[in-house]
Amino acid sequence: MPSIISVTNLSKTYASGFQALKNINLDIREGEIFALLGPNGAGKTTLIGIVCGIVNASTGNIKVDGHDIVTDYRASRSLIGLVPQELTTDAFETVWATASFSRGLFGKRADPAHIEKLLKDLSLWDKRDNMIRTLSGGMKRRVMIAKALSHEPRILFLDEPTAGVDVELRRDMWRLVRSLRESGVTIILTTHYIDEAEEMADRIGVISKGELILVEDKAELMRKLGRKQLTLQLQEKLESIPSALSAYKLELSDNGNELIHTYDAREDRIGIAALLKDLDEAGIRFKDLHTTQSSLEDIFVTLVRDGK
Amino acid sequence: MNIYAIRAIYAFEMARTARTLMQSIIAPVISTSLYFVVFGAAIGSRIPQVEGTSYGAFIVPGLIMLSILTQSMSNASFGIYFPKFTGTIYELLSAPVSSFEVVTSYVGAAATKSVVLGLIILATAALIVPLRIEHPFWMVLFLVLTSVTFSLFGFIIGIWADGFEKLQVIPLLIITPLTFLGGSFYSISMLPPFWQTVALFNPVVYLVSGFRWSFFGLADVSVGISLAMTGVFLVISLAIVAWIFRTGYRLKT
Ligand SMILES: Nc1ncnc2c1ncn2[C@@H]1O[C@H](COP(=O)(O)OP(=O)(O)O)[C@@H](O)[C@H]1O
Ligand SMILES: [Mg+2]
Repeated sequence: MPSIISVTNLSKTYASGFQALKNINLDIREGEIFALLGPNGAGKTTLIGIVCGIVNASTGNIKVDGHDIVTDYRASRSLIGLVPQELTTDAFETVWATASFSRGLFGKRADPAHIEKLLKDLSLWDKRDNMIRTLSGGMKRRVMIAKALSHEPRILFLDEPTAGVDVELRRDMWRLVRSLRESGVTIILTTHYIDEAEEMADRIGVISKGELILVEDKAELMRKLGRKQLTLQLQEKLESIPSALSAYKLELSDNGNELIHTYDAREDRIGIAALLKDLDEAGIRFKDLHTTQSSLEDIFVTLVRDGK
Repeated sequence: MNIYAIRAIYAFEMARTARTLMQSIIAPVISTSLYFVVFGAAIGSRIPQVEGTSYGAFIVPGLIMLSILTQSMSNASFGIYFPKFTGTIYELLSAPVSSFEVVTSYVGAAATKSVVLGLIILATAALIVPLRIEHPFWMVLFLVLTSVTFSLFGFIIGIWADGFEKLQVIPLLIITPLTFLGGSFYSISMLPPFWQTVALFNPVVYLVSGFRWSFFGLADVSVGISLAMTGVFLVISLAIVAWIFRTGYRLKT
């Protein structure tokens, strides 16, 4: 897949002397949902800010659909919609006016039909004539999304879009993200709800202390790093694990009813076949079994811990 | 050229004026009328004519300049400061707009308001004192140039300011004194010789003088110098604005 954003050797040192980004290299593929994961202060917002033109890079360069973000900012910025992390809206404008304003600001001819559809999709249509300051936080968040989408961008940045929003909005948001992706929009989001990245993203980048420590297909990441557990429910209680099975990483549950085998998803399956055969030979019978796979959260915690 | 953006920002700023009609238009008109009453009618009735013009009429150009200067600065500085304050500036920074377009739209809107305000004050004054305008073209030219120049100054202040006090301090501590000492209410020739020389270092003298000349054909300094000085201020402001955008000063981290 061709890359729509290409970040090369990007570093950022703030005026305070603090280095927020360290030699970032990243390619975003056209049409994908890319989740940028990282703890607070990792540099996610800084990275987005630089791509969008809000923060100046210290070194390195970025191309958006082949356009340099500095020398050809008009072309690159026209392609991008941004929903920033903070809720910042004009207080006295109406919802309709602010969305129309954004479209004009991004150089698009007025298109009331598009704005109308957008506001309807975001459940803002009833509020179109309300002043923004009269809206709830969740509604304001929707307004910011409407503004970001008002000029039909091909790339959408969502900086912690669901931090502190209610369940309903979160659901709406993910529905919207999916439908945008179907229409070909590339989406880059940051979140610290790992379950969302896991559910939504095609690829995941993990950033910690200004360094991009990993970029991987989500499925690949899960496969590579996911720990799997095989749990066997025994027909008869065991007092201890027979020494014949000491070669395996086995644990016995407290009540002795379950035998738990932990293994890397990378390890080949033969290990399990052998285990089952050895269990059989040791005379251990089981009535049921199931496997569980560790979540991105576990992976993430491990990565950030090991990255230190 | 992103014409849609210029139009959007300009309309946004004009809508803001419409919402704050009280501060933007009505308040300056009222305060200017009060000046007329105090200086023109009460005090002016005891002052003989100034260079062939009644005192009440003589102060009209200066009063208009006074309003234009302060309103251009406060409108333009607030227009750009407020998005910085609330954070909505992110959208402007991430939009495909050039610095030229940003300045054109913000300064254009602020200057438009000032010109309209100037004309409203002029109309108000015409109701109170008999006025004549000898050089209407020049009158409008000075009005527009001054509005644009001081809107640019205001824009610069709005970018420089990182708090509401800073927004107020330059207009209050520098521009207002300069305007009062700039011959709004008197002719420089009324000053003792030493102070006449000092006054020539006050940029506002040139603005007021040129503007007054367009009304009554009389001036403290020649109209050519007034025009040249106005041009110099305009160029200085433009240069500062260009520098701000080239360096990202106080706009980008
Ligand atoms: N304007 C600034 N000046 C100095 N340091 C900053 C500035 N903005 C952010 N930082 C610092 O840069 C680091 C990264 O911040 P940010 O990009 O907001 O992280 P994230 O979005 O991942 O939480 C943080 O340590 C933050 O304190
Ligand atoms: Mg952030």
